[in-house]
Amino acid sequence: MAPPATSKPARLLVALAVTVIGLGAWAFWPGSDTVIRLGLDLQGGTQVILIPRPATEGAEITDEQLQQSVAIIRQRVDGLGVAEAEVTTQGSGNGAAIVVAVPGENQERVVNLVQRTALLDFRPVWSILSPVATPPVPTPTPTPTDAAVATPTATPTPTPPPAVPQPELPIQAPTQTQEFTEDLAALNCLLPENVAGGTPDDPTQWLGACDQLGSAKYALEPAFIKGTNVTGAEAVLPQNGLGWVVSLEFDSEGARALADASTRLSALPECGQGASPCNAFAIVLDGVVVSAPRFNEPIIGGQAQIEGDFTAQEARDLANVLKYGALPITLEVADVTSVSATVGGDQLRAGIIAGALGLALVCIYLLLYYRILGIVAVVSLGVAGLMLYFLLVGLSKTVGLTLTLAGVAGAIVSIGITADSFIVYFERIRDEMREGRSLRQACDTGWVRARRTLLAADFVALLAAAVLYFLSVGSVRGFALILGLTTIMDLIMAFWFTHPITVLLGRTRFMQRGSRWTGLDPERLGRASVIDTLSGQSRRRKEQGVGA
Amino acid sequence: MSNLGQRIYRGEVSYNFLGRWKRWYILSAILILISIGAVAIRGLNLGLEFRGGADFGLPSATCSVEEARTVAEVATGGPAIVTVAGSGAMRVQTEPLTPDESLVVAQELGAACGVAATDIRVQVVGPTWGAEITSKAIQGLLVFIALVTIFLAFYFEWRMAIAALVALIHDLIITIGIYALIGLEVTPATLIGILTILAYSLYDTVVVFDKVKENTRNIAGQSVMTYEEAANLAVNQTVVRSLNTSITSILPVLAIIIVGAGLLGAGTLLDLAVALAVGTAAGAYSSIFIATPVLSQMRSRQPEMKALAARVHARRKQAAAKGAQPEAGEQAPTTLVSSRVESLERNQPKRSSRSRRKKG
Repeated sequence: MAPPATSKPARLLVALAVTVIGLGAWAFWPGSDTVIRLGLDLQGGTQVILIPRPATEGAEITDEQLQQSVAIIRQRVDGLGVAEAEVTTQGSGNGAAIVVAVPGENQERVVNLVQRTALLDFRPVWSILSPVATPPVPTPTPTPTDAAVATPTATPTPTPPPAVPQPELPIQAPTQTQEFTEDLAALNCLLPENVAGGTPDDPTQWLGACDQLGSAKYALEPAFIKGTNVTGAEAVLPQNGLGWVVSLEFDSEGARALADASTRLSALPECGQGASPCNAFAIVLDGVVVSAPRFNEPIIGGQAQIEGDFTAQEARDLANVLKYGALPITLEVADVTSVSATVGGDQLRAGIIAGALGLALVCIYLLLYYRILGIVAVVSLGVAGLMLYFLLVGLSKTVGLTLTLAGVAGAIVSIGITADSFIVYFERIRDEMREGRSLRQACDTGWVRARRTLLAADFVALLAAAVLYFLSVGSVRGFALILGLTTIMDLIMAFWFTHPITVLLGRTRFMQRGSRWTGLDPERLGRASVIDTLSGQSRRRKEQGVGA
Repeated sequence: MSNLGQRIYRGEVSYNFLGRWKRWYILSAILILISIGAVAIRGLNLGLEFRGGADFGLPSATCSVEEARTVAEVATGGPAIVTVAGSGAMRVQTEPLTPDESLVVAQELGAACGVAATDIRVQVVGPTWGAEITSKAIQGLLVFIALVTIFLAFYFEWRMAIAALVALIHDLIITIGIYALIGLEVTPATLIGILTILAYSLYDTVVVFDKVKENTRNIAGQSVMTYEEAANLAVNQTVVRSLNTSITSILPVLAIIIVGAGLLGAGTLLDLAVALAVGTAAGAYSSIFIATPVLSQMRSRQPEMKALAARVHARRKQAAAKGAQPEAGEQAPTTLVSSRVESLERNQPKRSSRSRRKKG
């Protein structure tokens, strides 16, 4: 006897249960993080927003250039040794922004690090040293390189090298002074901060620097080519070659300098074993040696190839670094926000209290107005909240979503949107009953009509969230994301929970009897009697409105 | 009271929302004029993000406002604005500073006001950032309006899309006007709030228009009620719904305002919530008092609607001449609207036969 339209609710509820349990399992899978990552405004830290500007007016910034800038900033920030530091881009082209977020309280260091322009230069290698620090020698020996030729296997040192006070980076001097030599000896390339870069060097001076992997340190002569002389770099696989190479092109000034330097350096002895000066040159980016190839022969004509045992990825990375020299971008610091951990905690607490209060107010209102149906709404809000929590945990660990204060506000605001859906549906049921339908039928026909309204209204909300997300910077995105997620969840809850539960409720005797606690009692709706219509003789009685 | 809902729904009790359109238009015109005037005369109190500058938040300050201002002005060599926010919290705003300078100012403020420098919230904004945010917001606004107009034009019809847009712009102007009038600070969070209003305002309008669309589906095929009357019935039928959705939308926003003002002082939450509260209220108002009348007036200008109105009036005159019907003693509009219910019922067999088909 039950109409087919009402025979599905159990199936829908099972679908919902499976979804919720699935989300929960995804979020709390053993062995993974199970916390929502908080934005800096909620946990304290420093956020810097940088706007890349093209060096020449009117030029367009490409995605590649943007990614290169991000890669360099990321390397620097990682050097801070702070877990969960983040570098992200928002937008693209000339409207792009780079957002650096570092938890903890090291504002000045963060800002200093990220706003510097990285420099690329090519320097002749004077000598290659062991990466470890050598304690300062009270009376410097005339040949400082002796101490450094130690091969790692020859002198096994199980204990880590004694903490040597680290010199300030970059280690530079106009000539190879004694101080320069001592500082270089003390430099410990095993420390992450010494290989992170962010210490652009003066190309006209000597430089002491680490290899980017921390595997060696270098004493380097003043630069012979600046990064701006590089006009192109590409990773190529030569047809007759053995592996990937990086091919380089220089402008005329760079080509001349390259010819001179390569002629001079290729005549020098092989690097290593204390040879200095030797026949290699170092590619220095941001104060760190990226690569140190040797010259095989003089290079005339401004075209060079760097060979090595490169994988495709390594060759591409090196080519990218080389291209950076010509990167026509300057970074402008647009916004620096620093929030202490205490303030962050306060904001989080306020957000939670506001959310709880808002939820309580809406629940009370729904219960007062809709009685039993209100309970459906309240439970539905609870399940939606649970799903949002699972989603946030899951997205935190998969795509690195962070919850900001604006996001919390979005979640609170969405309580209202979710409640709106019940109201649209419940009022529709009431309308249908006023037109003379039985509760059972009203639950179904009301749904058919409410569904259209819900889909249209939620589509508009989703559209707003999507536009906000894709066309905004900073905290707006967090808000838009949460708003979008909750709108989708609102639809899921309406289709898979509110509707089937209401239909099931509509089948119970209690609801059909139309007590005043159901929120659908005939007196409040103005119907003379529900029993009459339940008898099925006439679903619509023309006089009932007049009779009530 | 007990069956007021029923009587409104059936049209026995109805409020002539649409007939009194002049009243609403004048009210809205006054509000809009005040808003535009407020923005023109008082201007918007643009936040730090739009002006550029440095902002120091001291969670608990032991110094006086004067002391803090002196310290900040000496340290920066420029003017400083000091405001007290909430319980002992203080906010110091200065001209744009370099990050290094801002650190020095934070340390000096901390020393003078008994706050650890690390506990001070520091924000430094470059002068071009505001332009960046504003252009993004305007871009977002235009894209959204374009997309939503296309959607509404397809889902409803182009006249409904235009009416919804009129209501939307009405809400935006009034919200911005209130910010200018009260002098509330406009921050990026405010912009978020204003952009969110778009969704809210349209949600209400979509609900009302959906009912209008349903009531007027076969309007040209009868001669019992005019378009305006059918639309007015729809507004009456959805008024309870609009009221309820607006209340449940505003309740959480109110919670944010209470908690934001009470616990935090000015901040992201408060900026966002005030815009939302104003916008939601304006959205609920405009969907009934602006969007639907505008729609009805546009539709009533169509030739077939004019013809319909003529038919309805002719029929009504005829009925009056006959002096018919026992209930005719009541007001004319009431009778008409209840006869609309009959016509609704005449439509019913279509629907019930569909559901019967499902049963079988």
